[in-house]
Parts: sequence; C-alpha cells; structure tokens
Amino acid sequence: MFSLTRRILLQSAAAAMVLGLAAGSAKAEDTIKIGVLATLEGAFTVLGEDSMRGFELALQQHDGMAGGKKIVVVTGSSDASPDSAIAAARKLVEQDKVDILIGPLSGAEGLAVKDYAKTQPQVTFVNGTSAAQDTTLRNPAPNFFRFTTDGVQWQAGLGDYAYTNKGYKKVVTIAEDYDFPYSQVEGFMLDFCKAGGHVVNKFWVPIGTKDYSSIVSSIPDDIDAVYVALGGADAVNFLSQYQQAGGGKPMIGGSITVDQTILGSEGKRKDYLIGTPSAGPLADNWDDPRWHKFVADYQKAFPKGFPSPSLFAHGYYVETLAVLTALDKVKGDLSDNQKALREELSTMTLDTPTGMVHLDKNRNGVADIFLTEVSQGADGKLYNKVVRVIPQVPQTMGMDEAAFLAIGPATRDNPSCP
Amino acid sequence: MASVTDTNQAPTSLPAQLAGKLRPHHLLVAAFLLVYPLIASDFWIVQIGAQTFFLGLIALSLTLLAGYGGMVSLAQLATAGVAAYMYAIFGQNSANLGLDWPWWVVIPLALAIAVLFATLVGALSVRTEGIYTIMITLAISVAFFYFCQQNYSIFNGFKGYAGIAPPHVFGVDWRAPVPFYFLALGLGAFGYFGVLWLSRSTFGIALQAVRDNPRRMAALGFNVRAHRIAAYAVAGLLAGLGGLLLVWYNGRISPGTIGVGGAINILVIAILGGLRRPIGPFIGALFFVLLDNFAIDLIDRERFNLVIGIAFLAVVLFSPDGVLGLWDGLKRRLAKTAAQRGKDMRTP
Repeated sequence: MFSLTRRILLQSAAAAMVLGLAAGSAKAEDTIKIGVLATLEGAFTVLGEDSMRGFELALQQHDGMAGGKKIVVVTGSSDASPDSAIAAARKLVEQDKVDILIGPLSGAEGLAVKDYAKTQPQVTFVNGTSAAQDTTLRNPAPNFFRFTTDGVQWQAGLGDYAYTNKGYKKVVTIAEDYDFPYSQVEGFMLDFCKAGGHVVNKFWVPIGTKDYSSIVSSIPDDIDAVYVALGGADAVNFLSQYQQAGGGKPMIGGSITVDQTILGSEGKRKDYLIGTPSAGPLADNWDDPRWHKFVADYQKAFPKGFPSPSLFAHGYYVETLAVLTALDKVKGDLSDNQKALREELSTMTLDTPTGMVHLDKNRNGVADIFLTEVSQGADGKLYNKVVRVIPQVPQTMGMDEAAFLAIGPATRDNPSCP
Repeated sequence: MASVTDTNQAPTSLPAQLAGKLRPHHLLVAAFLLVYPLIASDFWIVQIGAQTFFLGLIALSLTLLAGYGGMVSLAQLATAGVAAYMYAIFGQNSANLGLDWPWWVVIPLALAIAVLFATLVGALSVRTEGIYTIMITLAISVAFFYFCQQNYSIFNGFKGYAGIAPPHVFGVDWRAPVPFYFLALGLGAFGYFGVLWLSRSTFGIALQAVRDNPRRMAALGFNVRAHRIAAYAVAGLLAGLGGLLLVWYNGRISPGTIGVGGAINILVIAILGGLRRPIGPFIGALFFVLLDNFAIDLIDRERFNLVIGIAFLAVVLFSPDGVLGLWDGLKRRLAKTAAQRGKDMRTP
C-alpha cells in the first residue's frame, strides 16, 4: 500500500517536472507571452489577489488577444520582499521567456525589479502598483514603464488642503518603515510645509506592528492632527489603540489608509472618521461614466471580489490596458528589441477609468489625483467623497525639475519641517 | 557513520579514503555537474544550479551541527547574513555607505566576523539541549533580524544594501552565469568534502560521541563544551561562505533576506535532504529550489503553496530521514528482493 503511494508520488513528481520544463520551452510565433508578478504570498496576499483580478479584467475585455496575437499568461508570485520579487521575475524572464512583464505590487519590490530590468534589455517591464519614487525618478531603467504614478504624486494637494481648508498647522506622521510610505509622507509634506505647516515628529513602524502604545504615548498634545500612512490591519490597530488611550486629534490619511476596512467602523469611531481628508489615484465614489463602467465590469466579472475594485485591481488594470492597447497599435510587432512597442508606450495617451494618462521622459505616469474626504452617505454608511480632482499631476509635483531633485530621495528624515 | 575502529588503523588521507569508496555513479554525478552549465539555460544554471549549491552550503552548516553534533540551530541563516552584511558594509554598494575596501580584505574579514558571530552563538547555546537550543538560536535569529531592520547607522534599516557584486578577480566577472555556477559549485564541493573529512577526523568522531553520550565523554576527560563551540565555529565558516554567495546572487541584502521564514527554510532544506550525510542538504536544496520555482506552474496560483507544503509533509511522513532516507530504503528493498530472488532460484 505504502510502496504504491510512494511510487505514484515519485511518478507524479517526475511528470510534473517534465511538464514544467515543456511549458517553459513551448513558444509559438503567433503568441505574445506576458508575465504577471504579484504578491500571492505573505502579508499582502489579499491585495495581490485583487491585483490579479485587475489584470484578468483588462485581458478579458481584450478577448485574450492583442495586436492580432494570442496572449499567453504566466504568473509569478512574491511575498513583498525584494529578494522574492527578483527571484520570481528571473523565473518569468529567463525560464518562461516572457516578452513583457507586468508587476510588481509593492514599493521595495519595484526598486529591485527596476534594477533587474537593466540587465534584461530584451524584455519590456511595466509596473504593477509599486509606488516608490525612485523606481523611475533616479537612475531609471530604459525598459521600465509606470502608468500608475508614484506615492508622492498620490498625495498631491492633500497637504495644502489640510493646512488651508482644515486649518491643521502642526501634525505628527505615523507610517510604515519602507519606501512607499516614505514617498507618501514626502508627497504630503511638500504641500503642507510650503503652505506653512510643521511636522513636529515622524514615527516609523515595521509592517505588521501590533502594539502602538509607545507611539501613542509619545504623540504631543499641542498638535492639530495626526497624519497616518498605514495599510490595512496596521491602520485599524493604531486607531483603536489611539482612541482607547483617549487621543482625539483628527486624522489625515495616506492613499491606502482610509479604505473599506476602516470605513466599515461603527459607533464612536464613525464620528471620529468623518471629515478625514485623503488623496490617491482613485476614489470609490467618483461620479464619472468611465469609473462607473469599470466598477460594474469588475463586480460582474468577480462576484467574489471586493465590493469595489481596490487600488491594486485598478493599478494592474491600467498597466495591462496600456500594454494591450500599445500592442494593438503596433500590431504585435516585437522586433528590434521591442522598439515599436516601447515607442508607442512612451508617447501614447491612455484613456483609463480614472482619466487620461501619459508618460513623462522618465516613463513615469502623469495622471489625475483624487482628493477625498470621509463623509456619511444617505444610508448612514461612510464613504470617501471626492472633494477635488487634481488634473495631470507630474512626478515633480509641478515644481521645477532641478529644484525637485534637489530635495533628495524620500527617506525617514527627508524632507523635514519641524 | 564511520566506525570508531577506523581510528585505530593507520590514518589514511581523505583522497585515499574517497578513492576506495568511489563508485561509477559518483563519477557520473561529477561529470554531470561539470557539463551542466554547457547544456542548461542561464536560468537553470543560476537560479536552480547555483542557488542549490549555496542554499545547500548554508543547510550543510546546520547538518554539521544537527546531524553530527545533535544541536539544531536556527541561527545559521543569521550567520550567513552576518557575512553578507559585512561584505556589503566593508565593500562597495550603491547606497553610498560602503567603506569600499579591497576585496582581499573584505572577504576574509566578512568570513572572520561570521565565524566570530557563530562562535558567540555557540558559546551562548551549548549549555542547552534539544528544544532549548532551538529556542535560543531562534531568539538570536529574530533579534538579529530586528536589529538589522531598526539600525539605520550601520545596517541601513529596512532597505538594507543594494548594488553589491562579487569582485572581478583574475579578470573574470564572477556574477556572470557560468563563472558564478562554478564558484558556487566549488565552494559547495569544498563544504561537502570538508564536512566529509571532518566527520572522519578525530574531532568529528569526538563530536559524534558527544552527541551520543555527552556525560560519558566528559567523564573520559573530553571538554564537551569546547567541542560543541568549535563545531559552531566551523559551521559558521560554511554558513559565511554561503552568505557571500547569497549576497552576490541577490545583489542586495536586507532584513527580509534573513527573516524567520528564511531561517526555517534552511531547517526544512536540511531535514528534507536528510541529516545523516553531507550530501543531504544539497539534495534538499535542489528539491526545495525546484518546488519553490515550479510549484506555481503545477496548480492554480492561489493554492501553489499547498503543493510545497504537501510535498514536504509527504517526504517527512514517508521518510523521517528525508530524501536520503527514501533512497536508502529503496536500496535496502532492492537488495532484499534481489536476495529473495536469489533464494527463489536456489530452491527449485
């Protein structure tokens, strides 16, 4: 009995190995191979799964074809660490021989994949949702494209709105300790400090922090608001502990802070959240036919998905749409190191569910950013009301390029306005 | 396991011992490993081949401690991480924080600090036994992870260091696929034969005796603690070499590389391959690397970790001695059936 099971096990392992090898080498002339890299393991798994929905939706709407060729999809998975992103990218590029790679999802991964892209000039890399500034701003890779804009851009207008309209003069920031929140804090501070505001202190916490008591007790009394750039469970944990400790300063939210997990709150928390300003590349309640259609399509295609597409589904959708549209335009021509495709990606203007997008000279997106504020709907539920759409935000946030570069890379300490 | 009576005979050198044990399939494997980079693609050379050798090397340091010394240490990846970080800090990296010393200083220094670190880990943990050793080394591993993540002045925090490359020695780009493969193969072979030799040396025999009965060894006058700490130091050198290959392979080092998940992977590799012989960790690493890379192609992308988990469970369930144990069992069974057949033929 046991020997039989063991033999079957060994045989199936061998068969699987052979299949894997065959899949790696099969490649027909009339197909284009696209690799998708998302975080399907670790803390961001749920987000990674939604990003795959965004990718699949775009592909479905194109009937799985682009430029008259069939699209073959290979999936790669990372756990949000740069090492795992590189390992998965290597497999997709060097083993599966993809023509185009879409991804990755998170900030530090993007920086690593950009560096890897430089060593693989024959493949076109298109970002997923990773939003660290320096993926495209400093030392960009000539074959890396990002239509989804970066974390600094996502906060456009928020600092000014917090200072001018909400009257917050002194704030502290609480954010996770990696590249994407660095970019978010910089995006908020650029406007906020220019308007005259002060960031008294910055708190950085590792992803997945459960205990915020030391930070909560360090928040000074004489501030007007707390700027929170935490994602998912981290934001919920922080807010709970902050309120239990009696903290009542209003909140300003990063792009992934005030999402459905928080807006679903009831009771006292609900009153606290109303009026929280935030900004990001999309807004659930934007009243625009393109957005309505996108949400309806998403809900129809994925009944088990989120109630409304997340930032990650939207990001992967936009990037995939860009790739498929450009492939159509060049009729699937990938000759000469994909010259025509890259030319088209660099110069195209893409109509997305959140407005028009085009790329700058570093191949980074210039797109609309949504400034929102938490409001209570007629049904009593909280939602992010669109206050203002900031049109066509460039990566330099409207500043002179030299002056913007002189600020230096976003880090724990930079920029600063105590 | 080498029998103790061996030591009573005239000491033979390792090459002589090996020559006596050489079988055709050893030559076949050696020839395959040498020809492999000529027939495989870059992906198979580096991501499967080279990665197998250096993950195997780090797991080998655990095999040395656990298999021969009876001490299961979860700090071996941390030791590799120390070497990797030291190479990044004293050498060249793209964060403009490196000291940029020449490679012939940096490499020995990184290894020396890794050995020192391993020795300290050993000194701390050899007073403990069994599960307590696992706990204390896990604690060291986790503490080192958090230290790297939160220290910004030396370890550059969460981001760690990027832009790290092996030195160009003898005009060779050692990060190019084929040279890197041979570098990893060379160091892997060094570790393999080194442990093989060590296990048959007086020190190795004593270490195994300490594993089997520390009180009797102490009564015989052996310094049990010193033997164990020395084993940690040697394992530190192996892990340090693996760490250098690891940092060259990734081109970067950050706390994510040396987290608890990674430390447990090293344990999985060692157990999966089998702790009884130094070839075990390399077999385990090959198995692990293949699963890690190809499980996602076998099954729905949302469930591929299930394949990895089931494969590990299956191996451990059917053979507590890992893949090596499966192989030994198969050999025994074949021998038995052959003997049976022989008997059948004798009885008409």
